[in-house]
Amino acid sequence: MHESAPAHGGDVLAETGEEVIGTSPIERTAAGETLGPEQELFTINFGPHHPATHGVLRLLVSLEGEVVRDLKPVVGYVHTGIEKSCEDKSYWKVIPFVERMDYLSYFFNMEAFVGCVERLLELEVPPRASYLRVLHMELNRIHSHLVWLGTSALDLGAMSMFFYCFRDRDRILDLFEMSTGQRMHTRYFQVGGVFEDIPLGFAHNLKAFLAEMPTRLDQYEAILNRNEIFLERTRNVGVVSRERLLDLGVTGPLLRAAGEPWDLRKVTPYESYADFDFNIPVGTVGDGYDRYRVRVQEMRESVRIVEQAIEGLPEGPWIADDRKVVLPPRDELSTSMEALIHHFKLVTEGFRVPPGEAYFPIESPRGELGCFTVADGSAKPVRVHIRDPSFVNLQSLRDQCIGGYIADLIQNLAMLDPILGGIDR
Amino acid sequence: MKREKLRAHAPLEEPPAPTDLRVRQLRARDLLRGDLEGPELEQQVEESVLTTTMHKAVGWGRANSIFPATFGLACCAIEMMSIVGPRYDIARFGAENLRASPRQADLLILSGRVAVKMAPVIRRLYDQMLEPKWAISMGACSSSGGMFANYAVVQGADKFMPVDIHVPGCPPRPEALIYGINKLQRMILGNPDPGWRRRYNAYGTEEWAREATGEATPEEIEAYAAARERAASHEASRSVATRGGRG
Amino acid sequence: MPDAPGLELIAQELNGAAEGSVLGTYHEHGQGCLIVNPERILDVLSWLRDTPGQEYHFLSSLHGVDYLPAEPRFGVVYELLNMPRAERLRLRAALADPGASASEPDRPRTRSGGGERLPEIDSCVSLFAGAEFPEREVYDFFGIVFRGHPDMRRILMPEEYVGWPQRRDFPVGGEPVIFTRNEPEMPRWFE
Repeated sequence: MHESAPAHGGDVLAETGEEVIGTSPIERTAAGETLGPEQELFTINFGPHHPATHGVLRLLVSLEGEVVRDLKPVVGYVHTGIEKSCEDKSYWKVIPFVERMDYLSYFFNMEAFVGCVERLLELEVPPRASYLRVLHMELNRIHSHLVWLGTSALDLGAMSMFFYCFRDRDRILDLFEMSTGQRMHTRYFQVGGVFEDIPLGFAHNLKAFLAEMPTRLDQYEAILNRNEIFLERTRNVGVVSRERLLDLGVTGPLLRAAGEPWDLRKVTPYESYADFDFNIPVGTVGDGYDRYRVRVQEMRESVRIVEQAIEGLPEGPWIADDRKVVLPPRDELSTSMEALIHHFKLVTEGFRVPPGEAYFPIESPRGELGCFTVADGSAKPVRVHIRDPSFVNLQSLRDQCIGGYIADLIQNLAMLDPILGGIDR
Repeated sequence: MKREKLRAHAPLEEPPAPTDLRVRQLRARDLLRGDLEGPELEQQVEESVLTTTMHKAVGWGRANSIFPATFGLACCAIEMMSIVGPRYDIARFGAENLRASPRQADLLILSGRVAVKMAPVIRRLYDQMLEPKWAISMGACSSSGGMFANYAVVQGADKFMPVDIHVPGCPPRPEALIYGINKLQRMILGNPDPGWRRRYNAYGTEEWAREATGEATPEEIEAYAAARERAASHEASRSVATRGGRG
Repeated sequence: MPDAPGLELIAQELNGAAEGSVLGTYHEHGQGCLIVNPERILDVLSWLRDTPGQEYHFLSSLHGVDYLPAEPRFGVVYELLNMPRAERLRLRAALADPGASASEPDRPRTRSGGGERLPEIDSCVSLFAGAEFPEREVYDFFGIVFRGHPDMRRILMPEEYVGWPQRRDFPVGGEPVIFTRNEPEMPRWFE
């Protein structure tokens, strides 16, 4: 492992103005040096179809034996042009598009966009809606971390974790189906609140799930925490210094595992996160093991948040009252002409947002997910850009893997938790 | 306790019922040795031997041991992973052995949106698979471009590769995907489930954008008529047991 | 976020430190934005990063916006974050589109390097290493070239793709949906 960042060819030394030739054999060869046969590199192509890359990620890996000397990620294999499509749709219709970016944390995608539009509109979200949003987001965080845990353990060889985690994941999806009607990509958050109130029985099912979840997490930790193989593979692997991570713009569990206690839910609380009592797990070393522990502990904290949310769920409307932005309730459509007109305008044209720009960052399971929206007074946004955490976190993969074995590359990729839908958008 | 109940219903003095496992085993052994005669032989053959054609037997083998390729593109991949999970268990249908290498896989489940950059890669993967091979287009995005009608998504994977089953949904529930795999299994077995075209009497309504004239060419008219006739005769000769339409 | 007077103060100090760098400010919805001269962007970013009292060490996001038909057409937006104070500041480098000048209107449009003039701005990879991928993305989608970037090529579109998809004058694409119910009566209606 290396302690500092590898020198990149093309850097210019501040004192002398000379161009730096990087130390990796690729850069030295490019600078004209002839390497001996024992230093020849073998470049292989990892993916885009590969069982261990989490999605269609292509890595060009230059190996010297089994040691990784250079790494170039090639992305774009699931680029969907979501941001371009959003410019063509009214704000309401953008929500399903934006949801499908980072496809494991769909509630977070929705929250980023909807929060941004609410900021542009200066619209207040009623407290019940805010609590419901937090509830669903934290359940989604548990869900995302469970899928991560299952697939990462699968990559490292612990196949039974996959089945356990997916069993629990299906219980969470049952809860989503109960409250929103759809397992994934629920289109539940709307500008102004949430689409529908939670039904009867949801609280009961949720509490039953929450009662069991900590025990389940204990069981998962019992499998992996002190497992010798897991420790061998993850301890001191993929360490990048905190300063380098901050320089690269990395956020989320990777940064917290490296020791930086940065979580947007605590630093700049949005929605109603300030009402809840929870902790932020922070690691020390920043290796794969710390990232694993941070995420599992985050699941526990999310369970706490959901418990508090469902206990303290305030009464009231689940969506704002502003009829210019929010659909009127259906029973009013048969009695009130105004409601009918509002409904018609909202469905056909959509609501108009006054001109402006806003950036709304939230803490998704992978890091800082921000939505930047530019509005020009019409019913369609001019620009919707999502700052995706996986896109920026992927830049740290090179630093993590260089100098390590190729098996450590798999582990680093697993602990990085990239979601290619978010990277490629 | 179960043994006492059995003794109560079938006391040992009576000869054991022919369905008793041990009796069947001994009868089968006798059959193979050639010791059975007459009506016993006929009964045993009726009960334990089935005849079929080679094609059907091979089809049965292929259908019940599909090796899907681990090929996930986007959100549908998560639902595809959950059919391997314990609740929607695809091992019930013999397809739990997901192979990473396309050379070892039968079934390519295109789960997710097909980006323009990815299309040649998928085509190459499909070409690397060995015959017989099938493809399921899972979800709206790979069937038809889904909600992404833009420059970056191929509007349907069947623009560049043959697809056998399209599973609608965004994402389809795991049960829907399993239903699609079951349909594929019936296709492989040789009695494809024509599904809605049969239910709604819609044979001959297959469409394609016609070239300049807008009139149906004589070949098309003939193809339509032949399709209707085939459907009618297929309907008539279909036996009760294979009537599909359900999951 | 620095409030409106604080934002004006930053703008003044910046203009003092680097002449003519800040072209304007605006503050709305609790967020402040400095509109920056694209030629001085590195000075602005390094001043904001290194000056004690400012210390915006973290680059949250780098993205582009196409403001067509407003001039200047492009904006490269930098979202800066000061972690200890939890303050965010947005910079917009307002770039004009050189290809829109009327000097050679009939020149054939080719890939960059072949005839099209693309807007350029300095790359801030030397200041924030995490800008590497986002700058490639801005190049891929808007055609804005970042001078000094170690690897300036497309990241999300295929390498040989022609066109800058996120520009406002680039069509969304896709195909018309053929409704088969009407097909016999109205064949190829979309043409």
